[in-house]
Order: sequence, then C-alpha cells, then structure tokens
Amino acid sequence: MQTVKMVVTGPFNAGKTEFIRSVSEIDVVSTERKVSTIGEREIKESTTVAMDFGRITVDDDLVLYLFGTPGQKRFDFMWEILSEGMLGFIVMVDSNRPETFREARTILETFRAYAPTPYIVAANKQDKDDAWEVEDIRHALRLDPAIKLLPCIATNRDSVKKTLLELLFSILAEMDAGKLK
Amino acid sequence: MALRGNLRDITFTQILNLVNLAHKTGTLIVESPGETAQVSFREGKLAFALVGNESNDLAAILNKTKRISSAQYRAITQHGSNISDKELGLMLINAGILSKDEILNSLQLYCTDIVHRMFTWVEGLFRFENDILPPEDRINVRLDLENLIIEGSRQLREWEQLQDEIPSLEMALKFMDRPGANMKKINLSVEEWRVVSFINPRNTMQQIAHATKMNDLEVRRIIFGLLQAGLVEIVRPSGLPAGGQMRTFPTEKKEEQVSLVNRLINRIRSL
Repeated sequence: MQTVKMVVTGPFNAGKTEFIRSVSEIDVVSTERKVSTIGEREIKESTTVAMDFGRITVDDDLVLYLFGTPGQKRFDFMWEILSEGMLGFIVMVDSNRPETFREARTILETFRAYAPTPYIVAANKQDKDDAWEVEDIRHALRLDPAIKLLPCIATNRDSVKKTLLELLFSILAEMDAGKLK
Repeated sequence: MALRGNLRDITFTQILNLVNLAHKTGTLIVESPGETAQVSFREGKLAFALVGNESNDLAAILNKTKRISSAQYRAITQHGSNISDKELGLMLINAGILSKDEILNSLQLYCTDIVHRMFTWVEGLFRFENDILPPEDRINVRLDLENLIIEGSRQLREWEQLQDEIPSLEMALKFMDRPGANMKKINLSVEEWRVVSFINPRNTMQQIAHATKMNDLEVRRIIFGLLQAGLVEIVRPSGLPAGGQMRTFPTEKKEEQVSLVNRLINRIRSL
C-alpha cells in the first residue's frame, strides 16, 4: 500500500477542519479547538495538540492522507513535522477576516521554507456576505501572480474537490517542468 | 568495592537503590550506545547530573526549563561568560528576576529529567567513581532517591510489558482500514502526531524511532497507545525501506510519480 500526504494549513478558524471533513472517507480524527495556555504548557511538550486527519482511498494500492495543521501560533513547531514528505499544501484563508491575512502570509512563507513543494491558496467562506473579493485577497497577501488563489467554500464538497484538483494540476505542472524530485 | 558493569545485567534502578541504601558519595558514569551521562551523589542523595555534550551551566539549565527567555540567555552568555553558576544565581536573585526556590526547582527538574531518561537505557557500561565528587563549581541539589526509584521500577515494568506487546521494531505499521468507533474524539500528543506522520507500511518502527529521535521505549509506548486505540496495526514492511526520512513519493521513477498523481486526480474527480 502506497501512501501520499497533503497538508491543509492556515490561521485558526480558516476552515481547515471543514475542508478535510468534506472529502475524508473517515471521520476527521480530531477538531481544532482553543486550549488554555495556563497550566497546560509543560517543558517537555506534553501538551495535547488537536489536529485534523483525513483519508481518501484512491485504489487498492494508494491512499491519500490529509493533515490539517493546528492553527494556533504556539503549535507552529508541528508544522515542520507535518510538512515532511508532503506532496503539496493548501493555505486556507478566511475571506471574511482580513485581520488574519497577515498571519496567513506568515504561515505561507513558513511552509515554503520547509519544503519547495507546490501549493495553492484557498480563499474560504466566499459564500458569506462580508467576503473579500479573491483578487483583493491576492493583493492583501501579496501573492505572486503565478500562485493559484481560488475561491472556496469548505463545507461544499465540489468546491473542496476543485481546490484539491487544482493543487494536483500544479503538482503535475511542476513535474513536467522538472522541478519536482 | 568496584561498582561497575553493564545495564544489561543490572538495571539503573537497582544501581540507584544501592547508592541510596549505602549512602554513597561519588559519581556514576554510564556510557550507553547513544550518549554518556554522569550522575553525582552526596551521601545517597542526587546532587548533580549531566548528559552528553549538552551545555549544563546554570544559564543553559534555566533556559531549558524556560525560567529565562532565549534573549536573556543570549545576554548572559555574551556578557557573563566568566561568572560562576553561584555568582549568576546570586545576580538573578538580587535583580529580582528569579527567586532562590525557582532556581533550585529548575536544577532539580533538570537533574530529575536526566535520571528519567536514563531509566530507558537498557544497555551500557557503568562505573561508580568514589573519587569524583559532585562538581563544586556548580550549584548542587539534594534530592531523595526513593521517589525516583519508584518511578524507575514503574518504567521497568512498563518496558517489560511493552516488549511483550511489541517484541520487534523491525515490523511496520499501517492505519486500520476501518478505524474503531472511538477515533472521533482522539487527541494525540505532539510525540504521537510525530509518529503518526511517519506511519507507512514501508517504514519500520525502528526507522520511525530514528526519524523522530525517540528511543526504543518511547516509540514503543506511543505505538502501543495507537494500537490500543485501534488506529494502527502491525504489518510486515512492504517493498524497500523508506529510510529515516519520509519521501514525497513512494516511488523514485518519474513515470510512476506522474501516474500516481493522475490516479489521485481521477479519484478526486470521482468523489
């Protein structure tokens, strides 16, 4: 059985759990929730970290795992662990919360530094009234024009499928260009 | 009496028991395959400990135990590299940065942590040097060994049980096809997630331990937990070992990689 991994990252409450839940064939293992900082932080990193974990069985020989990173900044040391061996990653942004855009940019830059793998950005919650236009989000994130920024509704399975497909197309494109090893 | 031997034959817990009962003063030196530790005692009580090449001056210990910030640690090492631990301790107390109790607690925690690590060492040469006293240029603690010995006995029992459950680390793991119903509310620790991220039938448990920098006991403990939770099962390793690092693709051939991505695309489309 071969396994491959993709990571879904982004600020807290961007919609990572819903994204994975929309396509995972198993119940998402755990959900992201706020934990108190007082009394839980111990020197030996024994704090429990709630993250998301989903699975899509491709066929008898191949399984895709989706890992959702913890959104809280103090768990950012887990990002590097999760990024090891990933095919690509998706950065989710809450289109209705521009105060999280800077954090999304930081997360994006951090993951880019971990691994030179393809990635796309998903502007989530585009169905809400206060959602920013996708191109305005691109400017706010200072995204390179070559990077895909897609509208997304994480609770909509077709929208999530489309986002995953675009990432896979990006991966194929980089393979054709000889950039991936 | 020459107190020397191998941890294969006499456990670290038994050595501590002997030091405690005999009220020994001196230093126990243990050379395990991975690292070397020195644990000093005064009249049967734990006085000081250090392991490997870790920096063990007071500033480093306070930084490790998060009593001082990294910035404070840097400032101390840059400007105060010539002062002794005792001088530094007095300085921190007089400046109101830390109290005496906080400094001692950090030192005790540091020494206890090293001893706990050593409980997982099941192999290594040891010798007790009566002539090597606890270092005078360091702040010594005074810890009773009884509680440490109890913890060590518990870990030994746990180690034996884990070895019964997982006799060999040369097997691999895979996620259960039908995870148990209790998977919904599982929260995993950081260490467990670290192991989970490497689970792949191509990776043996030994390779996972190496990649996650865990020893045999630590990785067995985590895997046992995952087994009990019904998340994973032990399988024979499939194909070539993946090595200590998880690769992006399970194959190195480009055509197969392209085929794999196309299979993913087709599957996602069919959802």
